Amino acid sequence: MTAEIIVVTSGKGGVGKTTTSASLATGLAMAGKKVAVIDFDVGLRNLDLIMGCERRVVYDFVNVVHGESTLKQSLIRDKRYDNLYVLAASQTRDKEALNQEGVEKVLDGLSAEGFEYVVCDSPAGIEKGAHLAMYFADQAVVVVNPEVSSVRDSDRILGLLASKTRRAERGGEPVTQHLLLTRYNAHRVAIGEMLSVKDVEEILGISVIGVIPESANVLTASNNGIPVIVDAESQAGQAYSDTVARILGEERSLRFIDVPKKGFLQRVFGG
Amino acid sequence: MGILDFLRRKPEATATVARERLRIIVAQERSTRGAPDYLPMMRNELLEVIKKYVHVDIEDININVERGADHEILELSVTLSGGPEPKPGKAQTGGKSGKAGRTAKVS
Repeated sequence: MTAEIIVVTSGKGGVGKTTTSASLATGLAMAGKKVAVIDFDVGLRNLDLIMGCERRVVYDFVNVVHGESTLKQSLIRDKRYDNLYVLAASQTRDKEALNQEGVEKVLDGLSAEGFEYVVCDSPAGIEKGAHLAMYFADQAVVVVNPEVSSVRDSDRILGLLASKTRRAERGGEPVTQHLLLTRYNAHRVAIGEMLSVKDVEEILGISVIGVIPESANVLTASNNGIPVIVDAESQAGQAYSDTVARILGEERSLRFIDVPKKGFLQRVFGG
Repeated sequence: MGILDFLRRKPEATATVARERLRIIVAQERSTRGAPDYLPMMRNELLEVIKKYVHVDIEDININVERGADHEILELSVTLSGGPEPKPGKAQTGGKSGKAGRTAKVS
C-alpha cells in the first residue's frame, strides 16, 4: 500500500503552513488514519513546537536521510493520538542536508510501515527545501492569506506544482491542488478592507477547500503546543475539522465566512 | 450598517484595489511562466540598445513567448511614449504614444 502524500505549501512565509500541517495531520489521525507529519524546514525546526513534542526529538529527518538513525527511532509518537507521528526537521544549517533520493527513501519507508497519509510541512520560499517537500506530493494544500503578496506567491506555487513535481514530470495524473484560505476576517471583508473568498478564488482560478477564520485560539494553541484542531470549541479548530473532512471526500459547506447577523440596536448604532 | 459606521465610512474599499492589482500581475506572470530563463536578461539588454535611440523605460518593453504545436513565437513589443530622444533623427518618435510591434519567429 502506498501512503497518500500531502504537501502543505505557500511560497510566502508566516501564512500558517505549520499550523495547518499540524492540524491537518492531527485531524486525519482523529479520523482513524495512520499519519506521519514531516517538517521540511531544515535549519528552522518549528513543527515540533506546534505539535508539542519539542523535548522528545532525539533523531530527525536529516538523520534518517543520512542513515544515522532508523525511521522507527526518529518518528515521535504523538501524546494524544497513537496513530500520529512527527518527523522533526534538523537544526543543521547545511542546506544540502536533504536530497531527492533520501526523501524518497523515507517516504517509501513510511508506506512500508503502513502509513496512510504523510503530511509534508514545506519551508517558505521556492528553494530546495520547498521543492523537495512538494516533489513527491499526490495532493497539495496551498495556504494563502487574503493579502496581495500571499495571493501572488501562491499563484507561483500553483505553477510549480503543475511543472516541478514527480507527477508533472511523469505526465500522468497531476497533483491535486487545494487552496486553503487562512487568517480570514469576515468583518473586514464585509467593509471592503480584505479580499473575499470569491476574490481569491477568482484571481487564482481554483476554489477553496477551507477557510480558517482569524482566531485568538490559534496563538493559544501554539502557546500550549496543541494543534488548534484539537480545540473543538474554537472556530479555527472547527474550520480545520471541516477541511479534513473535505480532504477525506465529505461535502461540507463553508462556515465563519459571514459576519454574524446583528441585533436591532447594533444595527442602528453600529459596533 | 449603523449610523456611526456610516459617519466614519471610508470612501474607497481597498479590497477592490487589491483585487484589480492582483488580476493584472497574476495574468502577466502566468503569461511568462515556463518561458525561457533568458527572457528577463534579454529584455534588459534590449532596453540598453533601444535606449540609445529612443527614450523608453523597462515597463515599455514586453516580451512574450507563445507556443504553437511545432513552433514558438517570440513577440516583442515596445511602447514609445512621446519623450525626447537622446539621439534625434535615428528612430521614429511621435508626439503621441504608439505601439511598435515586431514579431520574430524562433523555432
